[in-house]
Amino acid sequence: MTFINYAAKEINCKIVYYGPGLGGKTTNLQYIYSKTSPEAKGKMISLATETDRTLFFDFLPLDLGTIRGFTTRFHLYTVPGQVFYDASRKLILKGADGVIFVADSQKERMESNVESIRNLETNLKQHGLDLAVLPYALQFNKRDLANAMPTDELYRVLNYKREPTFEAIAPNGKGVFDTLKSVAKQILVELRKR
Amino acid sequence: MASMDLVLYEEEIHLLEEVLQRLRHDSNARAVFLIDKYGQQMASEGEIENFDTTSLASLTAGNVAATDSLARLIGEREFSVLFHEGERDHIHISIVGKRAILLVIFDERSSLGLVRLRVKRASGEFDKIFETMAEKAVAGAPRPGSAPTPFSEITDDDIDALFSD
Repeated sequence: MTFINYAAKEINCKIVYYGPGLGGKTTNLQYIYSKTSPEAKGKMISLATETDRTLFFDFLPLDLGTIRGFTTRFHLYTVPGQVFYDASRKLILKGADGVIFVADSQKERMESNVESIRNLETNLKQHGLDLAVLPYALQFNKRDLANAMPTDELYRVLNYKREPTFEAIAPNGKGVFDTLKSVAKQILVELRKR
Repeated sequence: MASMDLVLYEEEIHLLEEVLQRLRHDSNARAVFLIDKYGQQMASEGEIENFDTTSLASLTAGNVAATDSLARLIGEREFSVLFHEGERDHIHISIVGKRAILLVIFDERSSLGLVRLRVKRASGEFDKIFETMAEKAVAGAPRPGSAPTPFSEITDDDIDALFSD
């Protein structure tokens, strides 16, 4: 749900990072936070357990600059990936303008990736959102690991609607900003159509 | 999906701010915020420079969303009021106009009773403003400064310029 404030001349959009547990959603946000200048970002909030597993969400507000005189702000959220946190995941998806799916490239995690995309589709539907039309990008994370599956195989199984896909190694930033830019652009293009 | 967008024009912001100003004054609160249920701040009044308002908005919306789910789990429609008591400062959270959250931060200069009383009165006024906004949105009436929308003119270059590091 884009929030347009004509008085403050602001556009606010929400992007949600989705995907299986330990896939690198929080690491994506941490990298973005570390590489963004202080004036372009707010505080990053992580509601995590003592062992640094996301419990409710991570939140990072980003200021991308102005477009047609309007300050363009993106609020980035991650969901908790672990299966049993589904109620929380559903809440975070509320009002999403775009979704980034962070897939774990490791062969052993393929089933979790598939299950998580199905879960995303179901949870979006409950908010009246349709993955088929929502701005969306797919990220194949952990490309540096020895047991990473070939990307064409990952694409064959995980591609939902020929969405833009990106290879990533989140801790060193490979693919992180490209994925974010892709969804941010799709959201702004949608805004233009209205 | 477009129908879910929240668009606030200057006239509406002013109306909302007037009610917030009165509420803050009458309840002797430190600060008052109006937050969209999705976590965006709509308007605020008071000592806002002392707070990270973006984080406040996001966490408040998360808090309300989690509490709403808790309510449904035990068969309630919602918990319409939340109160968090601190040593010095306290937070009073309530739902107004079905889609917004009213957050009042207050200290010993006020009291829970006074805040509740003043929030109740302000809620009625917010409800009316939101109802009018909804009616206007449904009617699709032309709004000052709304036509043509500045976003229909966004070019690919504008978008690319945002991402040129």
